[in-house]
Amino acid sequence: MNDWLLFDPLFRVPFLVGLLLAAGLSLVGALLRMRNEWLAALGLSHIAAAGGMLAAFLHLPVLVGAFGAAGAAILVRSALPKVGNSHYAVMILLGWSATLLLGSFMDHGRTIGESLLLGQLYFAYAPHLFGAAALLLITMSVFPWLSPRLLTARFFPDYHAANRIRTWPYRVVFALLTLTAAVLGTISIGAFPAFAMLFVPPWVGFVLVDGWARSVSASVAVGVVAYVAAFVLAILIDLPFGPVLTALLLLTGSLRFLTALRRRGSELSGDDSHINYLPPIQAKQDDG
Amino acid sequence: MEDNELLVLREVVAGYTRPVVGPISLVVKSGQVVGLGGPNGAGKSTILRSITGMARLFSGRIERSEPLRIAHQWQRPELPPELALLGRELYALLGADPAHAPSIIQPLMSLPLYRLSGGQFQLLQTLACLCSPAQVVLMDEPTNNLDGGALDVLSAMLHELDPSRAVVLVSHELSFLEKHCTDLVEVRA
Repeated sequence: MNDWLLFDPLFRVPFLVGLLLAAGLSLVGALLRMRNEWLAALGLSHIAAAGGMLAAFLHLPVLVGAFGAAGAAILVRSALPKVGNSHYAVMILLGWSATLLLGSFMDHGRTIGESLLLGQLYFAYAPHLFGAAALLLITMSVFPWLSPRLLTARFFPDYHAANRIRTWPYRVVFALLTLTAAVLGTISIGAFPAFAMLFVPPWVGFVLVDGWARSVSASVAVGVVAYVAAFVLAILIDLPFGPVLTALLLLTGSLRFLTALRRRGSELSGDDSHINYLPPIQAKQDDG
Repeated sequence: MEDNELLVLREVVAGYTRPVVGPISLVVKSGQVVGLGGPNGAGKSTILRSITGMARLFSGRIERSEPLRIAHQWQRPELPPELALLGRELYALLGADPAHAPSIIQPLMSLPLYRLSGGQFQLLQTLACLCSPAQVVLMDEPTNNLDGGALDVLSAMLHELDPSRAVVLVSHELSFLEKHCTDLVEVRA
C-alpha cells in the first residue's frame, strides 16, 4: 500500500494545485455550460497543449507557449462572425495532432505530450499553485458581477446592445477566465482531465438542485469531491491520476440518473385528490 | 424629437447581409401601443431588431430619447433543456420585481426553467419585459403558445400600460393588433 505517500510533503503542492483547480474549473465550467459553449473548453485545452509543446520545442516556458496559443485561438474565435461546434472540433484536432507531431521531433516529446494531453499532477510546483489560487480567487470575486450579465445575454441576447450597455468588459473577463482555466488546467492536470473538470461538474450539478446559485455550488462540490477521491485513489493503488479523475467524474454522472428517478417518483406520487375523474368517453360507433 | 416621442424611425432600410425591409418611417410616443402587422417574411421582426442593433441599418436613421431603456421579447425564445435557473431569477434579469409579478405567473416563480412548457416560458419572458422598468417594450409575436388565461393577462397589461411607456407589438394576428393597439402599421412583403 502507498498510503504513507498521501502525507509525503512532496505531494502537498500538487494536491493543493488540483484542489484549487477543481473549484476554479468547475465554476468556469458552469458559465460555459450555461452559455452552451462547453466544447470550447476542450478545443482551447488542446490548443494550449500544442502551444506548450511548441514552447518546449523552442526551449521556452511551457506556460508562455500554452497561453500564447490559446490566447491566439480566442482572438481568432472572436473575429469570426459565428462560432459553432465545428470550429471547436477543428481546434481539438489541430491541437491534438500538433502536440503529438511536435513531440515526435523531441527527445522527451512523447512524455511531455502524454502529460499535456492525458494528464499528470505530481509535477505541479509553486507557479502552478499561485496560478490556480489566482484563478479561483478572481473567478469567485467576479462571479456575482459576471453571471447576471452572461445570463441576461443568454436569455435576452440584444438587451445590452439595445440599451447601449458596453458588452466588451464582461466578454473580455469571461474570455480571460476561460483562457486561464483551460491553460492552467492543461499544464497542471492535462487537456482531457481539465476538460472533464470543466464539463462534468456542471453537467451533474445543474440537474441535482434547482436555482442558479445552488446549482453552481453543487457543481463545485461535485468537482472537489471527485478530485479528492481521485487523488487519494490514484496514490493508494498507484494508478495514473488523469484517467482516475476522469473516470470518477464520469461516475458522478450516475447522480443524474438517480435525480431523474427521484423526480419521476415524486411526480407519480403527487396529490391528485382535487381532480374529479370522469368516466371514459366511448367513441361513437359508425353503424353505417 | 418632441417631448413625448420615445423612438423615431426615419426612412429606415434594415436587414442582415442584404436589405430585408423598408424604407419605413415610424414614430413611437409614450402611451402608444404600436402594432406592426403583415404577412410572414415581410420583415416585421427585422424592424424590431434594427431598433436594438441586431439588424443592420442600410439607410435611414433611428432617433431615440435619452436616456431610454428598451426590453425586447424575442419570438420563439430558446428554452435551455438543463438550466436550473428559477422562474423568479429569469424574471428579475431585466429588473422586474418577482414579488409584484402578475398572479398568473406566481406559480412559475419557484419552478426551474426546464420544468416549464414552451407557453409558460414564453409568458414568463413576455411579462419579464412588460414588468421591467423599460420605457419601450418590443414584443415579437407574444401571443404564440399562450392559452386563453395568459392572453387575457397580456391584453389587460397592454390596456393598462403606464402613459410614460410604449409598446411596439409585432403579430401576424390582425384581430389581436386591432383590439389592443393604438396605432397600426402594415408591413408589406
